[in-house]
Amino acid sequence: MEYLLVFILIFMIMAAVIALWTDELLSAVIAVGAVGFGASTAFLLLGAPDLAITQIVVEVVTLVLLIKATIGVGVRTTSGSLSARRAAQAAAVVVLLLSYIIVSFRAMPPFGSSVMERIADAPSITYLEEGLDLAGSANHVMSVLLDFRAYDTLGEATIIFTAVLGALLLMRKKGGKSLDIEQKEEKE
Amino acid sequence: MKNRSLIVSKISRWVAPVIFVFGIYVIMYGHLSPGGGFPGGVILSSAFILVMLARGRDEALHTLPFGLAKELDAVGALLFLLLAWTGLVLSGVFFVNFLHRISPGEPMRLWSGGFILPGNMAIGLKVAASLFLVMFALSALRISNNEENEGEDNSTEG
Repeated sequence: MEYLLVFILIFMIMAAVIALWTDELLSAVIAVGAVGFGASTAFLLLGAPDLAITQIVVEVVTLVLLIKATIGVGVRTTSGSLSARRAAQAAAVVVLLLSYIIVSFRAMPPFGSSVMERIADAPSITYLEEGLDLAGSANHVMSVLLDFRAYDTLGEATIIFTAVLGALLLMRKKGGKSLDIEQKEEKE
Repeated sequence: MKNRSLIVSKISRWVAPVIFVFGIYVIMYGHLSPGGGFPGGVILSSAFILVMLARGRDEALHTLPFGLAKELDAVGALLFLLLAWTGLVLSGVFFVNFLHRISPGEPMRLWSGGFILPGNMAIGLKVAASLFLVMFALSALRISNNEENEGEDNSTEG
């Protein structure tokens, strides 16, 4: 299974590089979608079907949204090349992030073992052992999301609410124009 | 919009209700099987987005009016908050699972897990309405772009 994971990881990295490299905007959007589908497959292989379902569903809708928002507007190609100064900045960020990732990955437990095994009184052990009695939900992911850590879910809902508020405010910049869509479509 | 294919239009009319029912299933059985409010809500909204893409914005607004979507968005968020406050009033703790204490139900059955099921429903409602509104906002921006090129910065970044 690890070979399959490595293969998916290489596929995702390649898709991400292609998304940055290509000038055609449609190919870039599709390559970003490929990264998401790769992540979904990796979640499924690692035994997290909840995450995999969420990832694949969000990925499909985001792909449609991105295509609609870029190609539908008529933007087809990205232009401009990197100046030397910007390239140096990007390289510095990559080096900094890589060193940070290497240091933090060293501190992680070996692949396949859970973090909570190392801490004796970790609350996650209680979640797993007494979750069915305390919350009554057969799916432990849900009992964590909506019972033990429901406060976090409330924050997540607030984030979505604010995001939609922002999107609608951007749309309202055009005022009443969004309301006479039908007339304009008839003109076309 | 322009020339819309008859096949796409007809097939989407049959497929959209099936997607909708599947979204409801994912929400309702979130506490028993993988799924839950967030993915279920996205599936629900994807049914409306399919209608919007295949049959046009007017048809989509006919199935889910703009004002109703905005209300559902707020109702979902408030419902979730109401569950939290009810726990505070009844048991003294914010977000305590008061329904599970009143009637625990049988594990592995639909009625189990207390307020996880209503919470999933609230989240699903919220996410479905939100994503529909985002999609609508983006496609409406596209229309006003044809005349003025102002909105372009917003859309290219996304």
